[in-house]
Amino acid sequence: MNVLIKNGRVLDPGTIDQITDIYISNGVISHISENIEKPADCEKVVDATGKLVVPGLIDMHVHLREPGHEYKETVATGALAAAWGGFTAICAMPNTKPVNDNAQITEFILKQAQKAGCSRVYPVAAISMDLSGEAMCEYGELKDAGAVAISDDGMPVVSSLMMRRVMEYAAGIGLSVISHCEEPHLSPDGVMNEGEQSTSMGLAGIPNAVESIMVMRDIALSELTGTAIHIAHVSAAESVRAIREAKAAGIKVTCETAPHYFTLTDEAVTGYNTHAKMNPPLRTEKDRDAIIDGLVDGTIDVIATDHAPHNAVEKEVEFNIAANGIVGLETSLPLSMALVHKGILTIDSIIEKMSKYPAKILGLDNGIQKNLPADITIIDPELSYIVEPEKFKSKSRNTPFAGMELKGRAIMTIVGGKPVFEL
Amino acid sequence: MNLSNKHILDMTTLTREDIGLILETAESMKEVSERPIKKVPTLRGKTVVLFFHEPSTRTKISFDVAAKRMSADSIGLAASGSSIVKGETLIDTVKNLEAMRPDIVVLRHSAAGAPHMLAKVLEKPAIINAGDGMHAHPTQALLDLMTIKEKKEKIEGLKVSIIGDIQHSRVARSNIIGLNKMGAQVVVSGPGTMIPKGIEKMGARVVIDADEAVKGADVVMMLRIQKERQKGFMFPTEREYARLYGLSPRRLGLAGDDVLVMHPGPINRGVEISPEAADGPWSIILDQVTNGVAVRMAILYLVAGGA
Repeated sequence: MNVLIKNGRVLDPGTIDQITDIYISNGVISHISENIEKPADCEKVVDATGKLVVPGLIDMHVHLREPGHEYKETVATGALAAAWGGFTAICAMPNTKPVNDNAQITEFILKQAQKAGCSRVYPVAAISMDLSGEAMCEYGELKDAGAVAISDDGMPVVSSLMMRRVMEYAAGIGLSVISHCEEPHLSPDGVMNEGEQSTSMGLAGIPNAVESIMVMRDIALSELTGTAIHIAHVSAAESVRAIREAKAAGIKVTCETAPHYFTLTDEAVTGYNTHAKMNPPLRTEKDRDAIIDGLVDGTIDVIATDHAPHNAVEKEVEFNIAANGIVGLETSLPLSMALVHKGILTIDSIIEKMSKYPAKILGLDNGIQKNLPADITIIDPELSYIVEPEKFKSKSRNTPFAGMELKGRAIMTIVGGKPVFEL
Repeated sequence: MNLSNKHILDMTTLTREDIGLILETAESMKEVSERPIKKVPTLRGKTVVLFFHEPSTRTKISFDVAAKRMSADSIGLAASGSSIVKGETLIDTVKNLEAMRPDIVVLRHSAAGAPHMLAKVLEKPAIINAGDGMHAHPTQALLDLMTIKEKKEKIEGLKVSIIGDIQHSRVARSNIIGLNKMGAQVVVSGPGTMIPKGIEKMGARVVIDADEAVKGADVVMMLRIQKERQKGFMFPTEREYARLYGLSPRRLGLAGDDVLVMHPGPINRGVEISPEAADGPWSIILDQVTNGVAVRMAILYLVAGGA
């Protein structure tokens, strides 16, 4: 569709920040200039006065549940939820059933995404066959099939030798490695953050060191091999500190955190709330502050959701057997905008962490520049609304943010020139 | 007078007034168990389900005896005999139980928070927590408070030392909260591996050295070494545990003159407590069991609607 976007604040950090018009034709950005007259072939005019027009948001950490657990989420429902959340692209983690450890599954996910015709889906393939941490997958074929990165997300690669070899091998063929950092032997039974709250609730705790030990190991391996590593879902103050020091030392480490880690603490688990159960767990105020500091000083490159849809069947059970994770696609941008409204982060910084840096880490072209594919998100930074899970486009409702009033959300998502969501 | 809450979930949700009322009621109930005909008609026509999802002898029998002495109809259900083994969820099982119109559901469960979850989903019956994971065991704490008060004629100002596996103990957690509410000072002691982070915030002073912890104590409460929970390098051997943290006559000698020795049972003789310490005149371990029936009679009575 050929779309003319009028009078928006066009913001692509480092490239452009001005009130101007954009014309999209044949799926690409064809003009960026003030006062574009409506071209003859224009099919839609969008008045973006007072709105932000930004490069499409990318959520590089999403769990779609297809194949295998379609009752929680499909590629299509996940892509639609992404569009509603302002994401033009999402990365699908490989822990489906069967696991995305071969080209057939990667191709299947891409085919489902194409059928859905909504936000783009970039498959992340497994590091190890069946996520077992024992044998490498055929990364070359997976890359050819369309995988953009590899990760055993949900499971750590326990063997340091294997992780070293994976990093060396994957770097050689141009695949990013995303690491789920967890030292499983340190807390075999933990179900929430270890601290005062777990003690008073009588729940087995997961100390910060479960994460930070592995963050430090992966930093050491990155230094050893000279290859890049991306650390998923950072939750602990010690991890932020280690990554900050590693970056200062010139080690090629990047990382992400999720909105829940800068919004909530383990207080949210009160009352055995299974919607506040995730892995890594919600931590303390001290950790939340450290995550925010890391976002502000650039230690944390990316905000990604770890969108983890689960049915009520997995959540309306005893806390210790409830599934880990929450949905995030439809609340991520508003929760991140809260940091802007509080004066903690600039809007530029949000766009970098939710669009520019994920694209850079994954090696994607994403920006508001002439002749680039028109992946664009239009944001109303002042629009207030209340989170109503029953209205989610995701198949699942597992969120701790129900009823929360948030300000700032996507009002239009354009993928390859096609509006896939409009409020 | 009535309790401030419909359910008995943990010691946090009981007020000091609730605790006072329960202890007072229990004291008056105790006499029923001393009669030749141990039965009063108070709860005639009330149905009490004893749903014990985790093995228990003492607590289950105590509730059962309490219910029967009050003339309630009590029905016991264990996880192994329930549809849980057929794959039914806990919520579905208890919703089916609720459909049979019980007045009270007593729940013992290995998952912390299980009774709290049921309290949210069940409309009618009151829930009594008979122990949930490592979280709470309020009726045990109440019977302990009753026993201390009976023997010492007060709780306020006493020094109570709880020694053993604090980390895994719901009895310790509930007692720390209950004793604090009633004005006692609580010391916890045990190997560093068994002292959970932040226990001070719940109102306990941590003294790792057991001799120091016992010094001047009015009450020493020993906890069972839960052998089933000791995977994961908690202590080297039972021999060393007994030497460092077990209650021997020598160690007991460091306590106050009228020290009382308590234990929630079942005891591991020769591990956390020596036979001499368990059986001496200071031991009130069996009084705890006797008072358990009275406390549970009082709770069933108050939860069922009281006077």
